[in-house]
Amino acid sequence: MHMADALVAPVVAGTMYVCSTLAATYSVKKVGVENEPKKIPVMGVMGAFVFSAQMINFTIPGTGASGHLCGGMLLTALLGPYAAFLSMIGVLVIQCLLFADGGLLALGCNIWNMAFYGCFVGYFLIWHPIVKHGFSRAKIIGASMLGSIVALQLGAFSVTLETMFSGITELPFSLFVGTMQPIHLVIGFVEGLITAMVLLFVYESRPQMLQGTEKTNLNQSEGKFSLRKVITFFVIIALLIGGIFSLFASTQPDGLEWSIERITGSTEIETVNSHVHIVLENIQKATAVLTDYSFKGTESVFGTSFSGIIGSMAVLGICLVVCFAFRYLRRKKKTI
Amino acid sequence: MNKLDSSLCDIHYMDVIVERNRWLNHIYPLIKLVVTICFITTTISFSKYDLAGILRMGVYPIIVFVLGEVSFQDALRKLRVILPVVCLIGIFNPFFDRQPMLEIAGVTVTTGMVSMFTLMVKGIYSVLASYLLIATTPIEKICHALRLLRVPVVIVTQILLTYRYIRLLMNEARHTIQAYSLRAPNQKGLHFKVWGSLVGQLLLKSIDRADGVYESMLLRGYNGEFYYDTRISCRAKDYAYLATWCTVFYCLRVII
Repeated sequence: MHMADALVAPVVAGTMYVCSTLAATYSVKKVGVENEPKKIPVMGVMGAFVFSAQMINFTIPGTGASGHLCGGMLLTALLGPYAAFLSMIGVLVIQCLLFADGGLLALGCNIWNMAFYGCFVGYFLIWHPIVKHGFSRAKIIGASMLGSIVALQLGAFSVTLETMFSGITELPFSLFVGTMQPIHLVIGFVEGLITAMVLLFVYESRPQMLQGTEKTNLNQSEGKFSLRKVITFFVIIALLIGGIFSLFASTQPDGLEWSIERITGSTEIETVNSHVHIVLENIQKATAVLTDYSFKGTESVFGTSFSGIIGSMAVLGICLVVCFAFRYLRRKKKTI
Repeated sequence: MNKLDSSLCDIHYMDVIVERNRWLNHIYPLIKLVVTICFITTTISFSKYDLAGILRMGVYPIIVFVLGEVSFQDALRKLRVILPVVCLIGIFNPFFDRQPMLEIAGVTVTTGMVSMFTLMVKGIYSVLASYLLIATTPIEKICHALRLLRVPVVIVTQILLTYRYIRLLMNEARHTIQAYSLRAPNQKGLHFKVWGSLVGQLLLKSIDRADGVYESMLLRGYNGEFYYDTRISCRAKDYAYLATWCTVFYCLRVII
């Protein structure tokens, strides 16, 4: 994703330099406030680590292809966003000067596209909210994957915008975006996997190195999972979807009905007159209080809303019962 | 040769050529940095259809290659990283921009073709200019120039430390990967199962090394800033070098 000088106009390059400089200035200030002199060499060595790790090929399972690490998300999880951003600047400057990977003038763009999103967006919007109440394997995997994918998608989109604003390519915007985003989705996925694997290893061997947890709540966080909040949240969502959004449901046949219609000419399959079918149909007629998602004999929209709410509540109730059953069984197993 | 080996060779080679006793190597680093940035900015500021103008800018790399006695062949090798990306983006221009521009020997040249070549030449020139800078100026001196441009000390320290430890960690990574490949022959890269443990081990080793580095730095009197060789100062020939090139760029861009 490194941009060359030829791909940016001076105005765009200058603008991106200003943006990256602002982010860098703020990061320098924050790192200064943190006042951890030991962190400075760690940042340098971590930058060198990312550089070395980028040279390693990772075989992608089942494809025969290989991917490599970019490192923004990894650094932000280990050093925090500000220190990680500064480390990434170091890496990008070295890549630009020593390996001609990205241009001197496009450095502002590259810092923004490859360091800013991974370090700031990845940390503040994804990593920190997910892990702030404590780490777990699932949280680390989820945050790494999501962070890497989002950061790369945003980075790729920025590359497209910067190139388009520079007037470099004649490619239509939609085609350019349509080419860049899916490629970087795959790259982001691989990057996320590698990051997750490495962070899981760190979590198991030296968990104190991972950043992002509110340390004061670390010990209490285990028991702080509020079932009531979760249930309330889902009840509200169910009421909204079932009661309001169901009114706007499509009247077109769904995928299965569409296929049946193409084959038989009707969305309904003719009833088979076997004994079992007739018995089951009678049971269904007797138990179905809201046939076709409405009150019996009416076409009222309230019937649809009511059906939506009742259906959602029923599903939620079943899920909760199953969850409680599992919880009960697990506790019982532990006591044995 | 794998990626790690070739990168290590590149770094070593650059370290060797940068220490040579050539006229260009003695030009003040800040001046060279400013001239390089001026050249790149001037080059990319040309219109996408101004191929003749862009080609004229070739004066700078040609003269500097001669003055610095830098191998053009080695510089071309650097293009392999960035040129494919530039070509990939430029290659679509002839398909979407088909307005005829001129005719050469009965062949119609469209504006899209011209903009594609312009883009490629811009890409080549900017990479060559960056290479000429790094091939004649050690990274420590570039960092010194950055400090003179008031780039914060934390950032400059990052660049220096990253550069200093790249070689060590790449060597470490090379040994690890070599050991792995000897135990897993005919495998293209690292197997999914060892992604975490192998890279994680490398990471932990790096962090332990960082602790050692910090203690060594403290023992040598590190107090937050590196010391640069301030005996070198900007002389008349450095100012003349800057003035000459700025005049040349101005003439090539505005007057001719």
